[in-house]
Amino acid sequence: MSDAAAPTPSEAAHRAQPAPAGGAHLPEISPAERDELRRQGILLTSLEELYNWGRSNSVWPLQFGLACCAIEMIAASMARFDISRFGSEVFRPSPRQADLLIVSGTVTKKMAPQVVRLWNQMPEPKYCIAMGACAISGGPFKQGYNVLKGIDRFIPVDIYIPGCPPRPEALLHGLIELQKKIRGQTLSGPATPRHLRADTACTYPVPEFGEHDLLPPNNPEVWQPPGLARTE
Amino acid sequence: MTSAMESPEQIRGRLLTRFPDAAVAVVANPGPAAQHSLLLDPTRAVEIAAFLRDDPALRLDFCSNVTGLDWPEREVIETIKKTVPLSPVTGAAAAGATAPGPSAEPATKIVEEKIKRLQPGCLEVVYHLYSMALKHGPVILRLRTGNRADQVSLPSLTPIWRSCEFQEREVFDLFGVVFRGHPDLRRILMWDEFRDHPMRKDYVEPDDYEWEPTPHEAVLAKARAHYPTPAPGAPAAPAP
Repeated sequence: MSDAAAPTPSEAAHRAQPAPAGGAHLPEISPAERDELRRQGILLTSLEELYNWGRSNSVWPLQFGLACCAIEMIAASMARFDISRFGSEVFRPSPRQADLLIVSGTVTKKMAPQVVRLWNQMPEPKYCIAMGACAISGGPFKQGYNVLKGIDRFIPVDIYIPGCPPRPEALLHGLIELQKKIRGQTLSGPATPRHLRADTACTYPVPEFGEHDLLPPNNPEVWQPPGLARTE
Repeated sequence: MTSAMESPEQIRGRLLTRFPDAAVAVVANPGPAAQHSLLLDPTRAVEIAAFLRDDPALRLDFCSNVTGLDWPEREVIETIKKTVPLSPVTGAAAAGATAPGPSAEPATKIVEEKIKRLQPGCLEVVYHLYSMALKHGPVILRLRTGNRADQVSLPSLTPIWRSCEFQEREVFDLFGVVFRGHPDLRRILMWDEFRDHPMRKDYVEPDDYEWEPTPHEAVLAKARAHYPTPAPGAPAAPAP
C-alpha cells in the first residue's frame, strides 16, 4: 500500500513516535497525520476507528418499501447505481439482521405502528433514513387526515433525504452522509451513541389505533411540535 | 359507441314498464358531459340492477366505479311571485298620494315572497356501468339514503356486480353508507377502530397542525389558531 516513490519519511512520522517519558500518555495524532502515515505504509489506528470503519462499510438496510420512493431505492440497488459500492447491497428480509431502516415513502397512519414495530425489532446499533418528502413531513399529503406527518414523530431519524422522490444518487449521498456519521461516533465519553449507553432504551412505544387518530399522535420524547410564533 | 345505447329516458321508460311500482327518476347533468343518471328506488334497486345486467339490449355486465356523495342538510331560499290584493289602508294611502278619488277596481300588486326551506341531507352512492359484451356505456345509477344519521342503509349491488365489493367497502369506510347484503362489509382504508367517516362534509380531522412556512387559506386559519400573533411590542414566544 505504501508509495515507493515517496521521497522522505514525513515529519508526521517523527512526531507520531510515542513520548519517551511518562509512557501512559500518547500524543494526539491528527487525521491528516494518520493519513500521511498510511501513505508511508504505517498503519496507526484505534479500536474505535476500526470498529466504525467496519460498521460504516457494511450498513445492511431492511428490505422494506412503502411507496414510489421504494422504486428509487430499488433502482439504487441495481447495477446502474449500484449501492453495493458502499457496502449496503445486502437488503435483509428480516429486521433482526438489518442495521438501517430506509423509510422510503408515505407512512399512512394505518402503517405507522408497523413501521415502529419493525424499528423496535431491529437490533442496535441501528440507523434510520427518512427518504422523500412524505417520510420527512407527510409531503403533499401533509394536510390530509390519514398520513403521518413525518416518521420522526415516532422514531429518531439520522438522515433526511428531500425529494419527491429523491433520485438514486440522492439516496447514495444520504448513505455516504450516514457513513460519515457512523465514523464520527465515539465508543466512550459523553457523546456516546444510543446503543452504547445503558440509560437509553432501544425500543420506542408503538402507537395504537384510536377512534379518531393514533394514540398518542406523536412520541413526545422523540418529537415536539415546533414552537414558533407568527410575527405578522 | 354510446350512440347505439338507449338514452337514460328510454331506459327509464322500459324500467317503468317492467317495474311499474318502482320510482325511477332521471337526474340531468347540465354540464357539457351531459351524463344523465338514473335515480333508483332503493327498495327495488337489486331487481333493477339484475334487469340492467341481464337485459339483452343493455347487458351492463361491468360495474367500473362506485363512488359516494355527501349532501348535507341545507337551507334553500325560493322566490315565489304572488298577486295579492292591496290592503284597504295602504290602498287608500296610495290612492290619496297619486290620484284623488276612490277607484272602482280592487287594487292588486305582485309581491315577491322568499320562502326558506330546509332541504334534508342524504348520502348518495353512484354506480357507473358499462357493457363489455356490447361495448357501450356508461349507464349511471344513483341511490340515496333516507338521511345522514340513522337511515344510512342501502342495498348492496355486490351480488349483481362482484366488482362493487371493495368500492362499496370504501364508500362504507369514508361515507358511512351501510350496504345491506354485502358479503364482507368492513373498513378498507382506515383501521377498524376508527369511528369517523372522513369524506363527509362535517368531518373534523385530528388537530395535528404543524408549522409550515407559507400557510394560506384554510391552512392559514389553522396556523393562526396554533400560533397566535403576539401582541405588538411583545417578545416572540420562546420555543418550548
